[in-house]
Parts: sequence; structure tokens; C-alpha cells
Amino acid sequence: MTDPPPLVMAGHTALLLGPLICGLLVYLLPWPRFRDAAPIVLSAGLLVVLWYLSGEMLGTGPVTLALGGHFAPLGIELHVDALALAMLWLTGLVGLAVNVHITASVNLTERFGPEGFRILWLVLWSALNALFVAADLFNIYVLLELSAITAIALVAVSRGPEAVAAATRYLFFALAGSLFFLLGVALVYAKTGLLALRGLESLQWHGPASVFALGLMTLGLAMKAALFPVHAWLPRAHAIAPSAASALLSALVAKAGVYLVIRLWSGPFDGHWPEFLGQSMAVLGAAGIAYGSIQAIRQSRLKLVIAYSTVAQLGYLLLVLPLASVLAWHGVIYHALSHGLAKAALFLAAGNVIFMVGNDRLESLSRGDHRLAGNAMVMALAGVSLAGLPPSGGFIGKWWLINAALESGQWWWALVVGGGGLLTAAYVFRVLRYAMAEPHPDDGRPDLPVKRLPRRMFWPPMLLALGAIALGFAGQWLVPILALGRPGNIAG
Amino acid sequence: MSLYAAMPLWVVLSSLLASVIIFALGDEWRRTRTFTNIAAAVIKLILVGIMLAGVARGDDFGMRVTLAPGLEFVLHADALTMLLITLSAILWLVTTIYAIGYLEDSPNRARFFGFFSLCVAATMGVASAGNLFTFFIFYELLTLSTWPLVVHRGTPRALRAGKKYLAYTLSGGTMLLIGIIGLHVVAGPVDFVHGGFVTEHTASRPVLTLLFLLMLAGTGVKAALFPLHAWLPTAMVAPAPVSALLHAVAVVKVGIFGVARLVYDVYGLELTALLGMDHVLAGVAAFTIIYGSVQALFAGNIKQRLAWSTVSQVSYIGLGIAIAGPLATIGGLVHLVHQGLMKITLFFCAGNLSKTHEIKEIAQMDGVGWRMPWTMGAFTFAALSMIGVPPMAGFISKWYLGLGGAASGDYWVIGVLVASTLLNAAYFLPMLRRAWFVEPVAGATERREAPLSLLVPTLITGLLAVGSGFLAGMPLSPLQWVILISERI
Repeated sequence: MTDPPPLVMAGHTALLLGPLICGLLVYLLPWPRFRDAAPIVLSAGLLVVLWYLSGEMLGTGPVTLALGGHFAPLGIELHVDALALAMLWLTGLVGLAVNVHITASVNLTERFGPEGFRILWLVLWSALNALFVAADLFNIYVLLELSAITAIALVAVSRGPEAVAAATRYLFFALAGSLFFLLGVALVYAKTGLLALRGLESLQWHGPASVFALGLMTLGLAMKAALFPVHAWLPRAHAIAPSAASALLSALVAKAGVYLVIRLWSGPFDGHWPEFLGQSMAVLGAAGIAYGSIQAIRQSRLKLVIAYSTVAQLGYLLLVLPLASVLAWHGVIYHALSHGLAKAALFLAAGNVIFMVGNDRLESLSRGDHRLAGNAMVMALAGVSLAGLPPSGGFIGKWWLINAALESGQWWWALVVGGGGLLTAAYVFRVLRYAMAEPHPDDGRPDLPVKRLPRRMFWPPMLLALGAIALGFAGQWLVPILALGRPGNIAG
Repeated sequence: MSLYAAMPLWVVLSSLLASVIIFALGDEWRRTRTFTNIAAAVIKLILVGIMLAGVARGDDFGMRVTLAPGLEFVLHADALTMLLITLSAILWLVTTIYAIGYLEDSPNRARFFGFFSLCVAATMGVASAGNLFTFFIFYELLTLSTWPLVVHRGTPRALRAGKKYLAYTLSGGTMLLIGIIGLHVVAGPVDFVHGGFVTEHTASRPVLTLLFLLMLAGTGVKAALFPLHAWLPTAMVAPAPVSALLHAVAVVKVGIFGVARLVYDVYGLELTALLGMDHVLAGVAAFTIIYGSVQALFAGNIKQRLAWSTVSQVSYIGLGIAIAGPLATIGGLVHLVHQGLMKITLFFCAGNLSKTHEIKEIAQMDGVGWRMPWTMGAFTFAALSMIGVPPMAGFISKWYLGLGGAASGDYWVIGVLVASTLLNAAYFLPMLRRAWFVEPVAGATERREAPLSLLVPTLITGLLAVGSGFLAGMPLSPLQWVILISERI
């Protein structure tokens, strides 16, 4: 192991600790201007860091770093490959948008001021960044806990009995998930004496114990990621949280769980699981697509539609397990990225609707006010990508997934992806139908005005949605990066 | 890639940019919007004119950009492309003027014209797409941009029609997507080639047949082939200019254009025949021709009757594609233009009736000919042409189709044409009779023509429709152009 250039090390340190330090500063120095500006400056800076690191990685390939120069098994290792980099970018972009949006949108009570919201989110950001690059099971466990606790707190800040109930439910699921995950980790440690993923990869220890441990960890992660059928906490929690927090939870936190599932199955546990387990995971994913979409079609509140959509969209990511080809790998990363951008855009746009008309009932979208039109456009653009319609990142992801399925002869997954796209279109266009409908009876009532939307609340979701569309044109440029550090089971 | 060679891109971008500008302007800037609309339509017409001259000279127009490994965005102009984009460019200008007049003072005009331009950009893209991937992008973009136009009024009825429209077109799109990707897997990413790039040896016959059927179903939805047609008569709740565009150039034409690409440039006529798919297409098209006409007989609403007539008429093109031989090809492709000109005129007239006198049902048409002589004059000529009265445009199409059928020994085609002509007469002539020969109801005798912004476009398209039939022997008529194309195919 050669030491990486000091700038690369510094860059990673900034990614891990930057948000944490920024959060502490914002909390301790509660000047409103500083409080608003510091996270924005930080996120812009981190994007520059990511740009630099991506360029470096194109030259050197995946990077393994050790904190303080101590490698595993004694030290703490970080591993950055294409998948991790994609998630870091997603976090950076969504983070920037949210940081701009909350300068106008987060308006909490006196007992829980805006600095409180910011420190929770910034700590969560650090935890997520660390989670994406963590390379040993124990660190992953600690960081999962940290991210879950801050995420639950972000749900609870909405206050009111409904929020407390949703947060409590989330807490129970998260705790149970942690327990299962920890049991799995303990089993691995007892059997092998190792925790570092790199060490486990090179160790030959097949057997029922490894499959059992993988099962326990997967169950734990599934509960945190709200994969079907252990998703029950997600819709209420994501719908009740402040919209900026919902964007983070849906686009990033839930995805982190699935990210780890894929990482474990295709990394250290590759070859341990029989083929039918991979198929079964994808069947659960498909069931999640169907269930989440049908629930989304039945909701009457905008944020619930978007939240159920998350349950559905996470299911696609599991298709990489049975398909296991380069195209599927690219397709899944593409899907994760474009879903993240589109979902964050949708939740921020839903927040804007609540800001403008006071609630998120779908009928409220029919208020014939032109101020709502721009926001409906955001939802339309994000929805197009979500449903995998061209031209968008979601479309390219869907194309690759179907291509991978047909190429490997597993045509049934092509039908799942195609059908899932139709179901997505059904709930996306149902929302848009309300936006196109004849004016609402409340229209023009002076006691129910439509509030003017500040620009810094309009543009963040608009740019995120345009980003999801733009991904559709960036494939040629991104694929060389996506190719870095494909797991071993995926043939080049 | 020079700027001149990239002409198809500018043609697409001219309406795409117009759409973005119109969205950004919002509802307030009315004059600027109207200026943008007209300017973009005129610029596009000029660009298309330059391209036409170029293609006739033998210049090659095209551009390609790699969007992702294996996924190339290719635009290329061949003779078939020019047929559809010339028709759309001319009709777009006319329809824009009509729509500006028609939607005067109605709400959400920025939204309407933004999507209207986007819809034209998508049509241009479909016409000039050089491979299936690019074709699909614009094909779906067309669905997305026409939906807001269909539901524009926002009434529960419009919203239901929009729902049905999406259910049909997006399901069709998914079938098309799976078919296209399947073909990518077996044949690799290949550009459209005259005569087709798929061969017998590309894959096993059942696979080739399945992929063909998936793609035929996908394009057949927009072309309103039976049994995938039900959205079209429902979608006529859209404002008249939208129906005009949908029926004449945008949606149904793009669907049948896709069928033409599939048969001519993907599978090739020989392989299509080898797989027996030509019989499938011919059978479906022939049935749709008769079925649409019979349904039109029973429709009491003017626009609904016209919509059923479209279902029937578009299948003439499908029939022409399916029957081997150059004569049938000419008959089918020339109908692409003729049907567009005739149908847009008829829908403009229907719009004039409803806008000026609130006449929406056929039963209300008594004596309306004397109240709006210009509008109903255009209607009469277009309807007679639809029926196929010689030497009008509809007759030219039917003549070549019949000749083509006879030439390839498919005499039943003539039977279908005769039956359909009788049915066309049976649903158009009663409308003409009411308009000219039935006394109007008492109190409804006021003579008032549609405003000029509605009347002029109607007369222009009416003249084009009549002219393309009477002057079919002239060097630049649609017929001569199509004969040129059929020589290249």
C-alpha cells in the first residue's frame, strides 16, 4: 500500500469532518447570516473537493486510505470506488440544494431553532459521507447508528403527536435493524476474527454461517432502508418530516442502506450466496416496486405519494444482484443517482407547495395560480426522470437495466423494469393531473392567498430536477468513472 | 460535422428553444410569445426549405453524438424524413396562427404554446431520427408534450381523456422500448438502413417475430391501429388546434411513420414478408379501415366523427406499407401528406363551427353552409377529397393503393377501398347535406364567418389539400416527391 498524495488524504478528511465541524460552528455561533451562509459555502467547497478527487481517481483507480496511516486490521480504512464516489456526489449535490432551500424554508419553533435543524443535518451528512467510504463492518455499524439517530431527530423536529408517533416507529425499526446488523457482524467476527471488508474478501470461509450472517446484516439494513416488506415506517416518517429533511431522508439516508446491501453482497460475500438468493432479493425488490407504486397511486397527499414512491424506487437497486453484469451495474448506479436528484427535487417542490398554499393535499395543486405553475414544472421534470422516460438519467438507467436483463436471458426482469416504469408514470401523472385541472373552488378567496415563493426556494428543486434530466446526456462522460472498482463478480 | 450538415439538429432546436423561451416568459408576455411562436415557425420553414433543396441536390444531412457507450444520438435526413418534416413545418406555421386566434383570452396560454412547440420539436426529431434509440427518445417526448395539450381545458372529461391517452401511449412506449432493446441485444446498435439491417440470421425466427410484434404494437398505438385505437376518439376533447395537429401531423403520423421505418429501414420488406408480418400488418390495417369508418357512421359529435375517420384513414398508410411493390408504397406514403392536409382542414372547420356558433354536434349543422360559406366551402372540398372524388387528393392515394394491390395480386385491397369509400361517403355526405340543403332551425340564421385568424389557416390548408390532388402531376407535388422516395426504397 503506497501512501496517497497528501491532497487526496486532505480531501477525504474534509468530506468526513467538514460537515461535522461546520455543524458545531453553526450551533455555537448562532448569527443568522453565518448560520445560513456557512453550510452553503461548505457544500460548494465539498463539491470542488469531489471534483478534484474524481479527477485523481480517474488516474489512479479506486483508492484505499488509512486514517493516520494505520491500515487494517489495526487501523481504520477508507475505500473509495465508483459507487462510493457516485453516492458522495449525490450527497454533495442534494446537500447544496437543501442548504440553499432551508435558508428560506425551515421555520421552526423557538424551542427548536434553525441551528438545531442544521446541526442535525450536518452531523447526518458527515455520517453519510463516512458510511459511503467506510471499509469495515464495525465502523459501518457505528455510522449507521449515528445516521439513524440524526435522521430520526430530523423527523421528530416537526413536532406534534403525528410526528412523534412516526419518529418513534422509525426509531423502533432502526433499533431492531441495528440489532440484526450487529448480530451479523458479531457472527462474522466470531467465525473469522476479521471486520475489515478487504480482509474478508480475500478470506475463504464459505458455509452456512456466512450466509446466515449475511442474512442477518441484510435484514438489519433492509429495516433501515425501508426495503419491502420491512418498509412500514418510511411513508409516515418521510411525509411528516419538514420537506427539506424528507428530501435528505428519501434521497440519501434510505439509499445508504441499499448501498450497503449491494456492497456486502457483491464485495466480501460474493460467491457465498446461492443464485436463488440473489433472485429472491430481486423478487422482494419487484414486490416493493409493485406495492410502493400502488400505494403511491392511492394517496391523497403529495408527500405521501412521494414517500411511497421511495419504497418502490429502492426496489430497482436490488436487480443488480441477479443480473450482475456491467450494464446492470451502470444501470443501478445511474438509477440511484437520478432517483436521488429527482426525489430530492420532488420533496423540496412539495415543501414549496406547502409553503405557498398551506397544505399538501393534491387538490391544492389545482389552485389556478401561476405561481404554482413553475413548481408543477419541477415536479413534471423530476417525475419524467423517475418514470424512466426520455430524455433523462432515469431513462438511461432503465435502458441499461432492461438491456442487462435481456442480454442475460432473464427477460422477466425486463418486464419488471418496464412495468415499474408504467406504474411510476401512473402516480407521477396523477399528481400532474391535479396540477392541470380546472381551478379549485378556493381560488381567489382573499382569506386563502397563494404565498409568493422566494427564488431560493424555487431554484434548488428546479436545478435538481434539471440535473436528473441532464444525467441522460452525461453517460459518455460518466461511464469511465462508473467503471472504476466494479466488484469482482461483475465481469468487465 | 459542419453547421450545414447538422441541419436536422437546428430544425429540432428551433422549436425546442421556442418552447423553453415561451415557458420562461410566463403568461404575461403575450406579444413576445406570439412573436416567438411565429418567428420560430418561419425560421423552421426556411431551414426545412434549405434542407429540401439540399436533399434534392444529394447533400447528406446528419449528426451524431455518443450519449453513452453504445447509445448514439443520431439525426439523419433521408427522403422519408423530408416528407414528414416538410408537412409538419408547413402545418405547424398554419396551426400556430390558428391556435393563437382560437385560444385568445383563455387561461394558461404560455403552458399551451410551450408544449405545442415541444410537440413539434418531438415530431421533427422522430422524422429525422437516424436510429431506434433516437427515434424512441423523440417518440416518448411526443407523448409527454402532447398530454398537457390534450388535458389543456382541465375539465374532468379532458382529464379522463388524458388518462386514457397516457395509458395507451405509455404502455405502447414500454413495448416499443423492450422491442428496441431486444433488437439491440441481438443485432447491436445499428442506424436505419434502406432495406433494413436485420437479416434472417440475426436471431431465431420466433425472436425476430416477437420483436417485430412488440415494435409494431408500440408504434401501432400512436397510429391508432385496431385494437390500440381507443384513445384517439376520446382525445378529441382537446381544443381544436390540438386535435388538428394530433390527427394531421403529430401523433398518428409519427406512429405510422414508425411503422414505415420498422418495415422499410429496420427489418426490410423482404424479411418482413419472410416472417409473414406483412400479412399481419395488412390485415390489421384493412380491418381498421373498415372498423373506423363504421364507427364514424355512429358518431354524433362532429369532432368525434372526424376522429373515427382518422382511425380509418391512417390505416391506408399502413396498408400501403404492408403491400409489396412500389405502387402501394406510393399510395401509402402520399396519403401521409394528403390525409394530413385534408384532416387538418376538417378539424379547423370543426373548430370554426364551435368557436363562432357553438356548433359541436352534427345535428346542429342544419343550414350552416349559408351562414359560414368559406368555412363550409373548405369543409366540403376536404370531405369530398376524403371520400376520394377524382381528381382530388384522396382519390390519388386510393388509386395508387388499388393499383398496388392489383399489381401484387392482392385484389381484396380494391374491395377494402371500395367498401371504405362507400362508408366515407355515408358519413360525410349527410354532414354536407345538412350544411347546404337543410333549412336552419328558426333563430339560427345569422350569417357570421369565423375571424380571419381562424379562417385564413383553414383556407390555406384547404387549398393545399385541393391543390395536391389537382396538381399531382406538377414536379413539386407530394405525389412526385413520394415517387422519388419510392425509387430510393
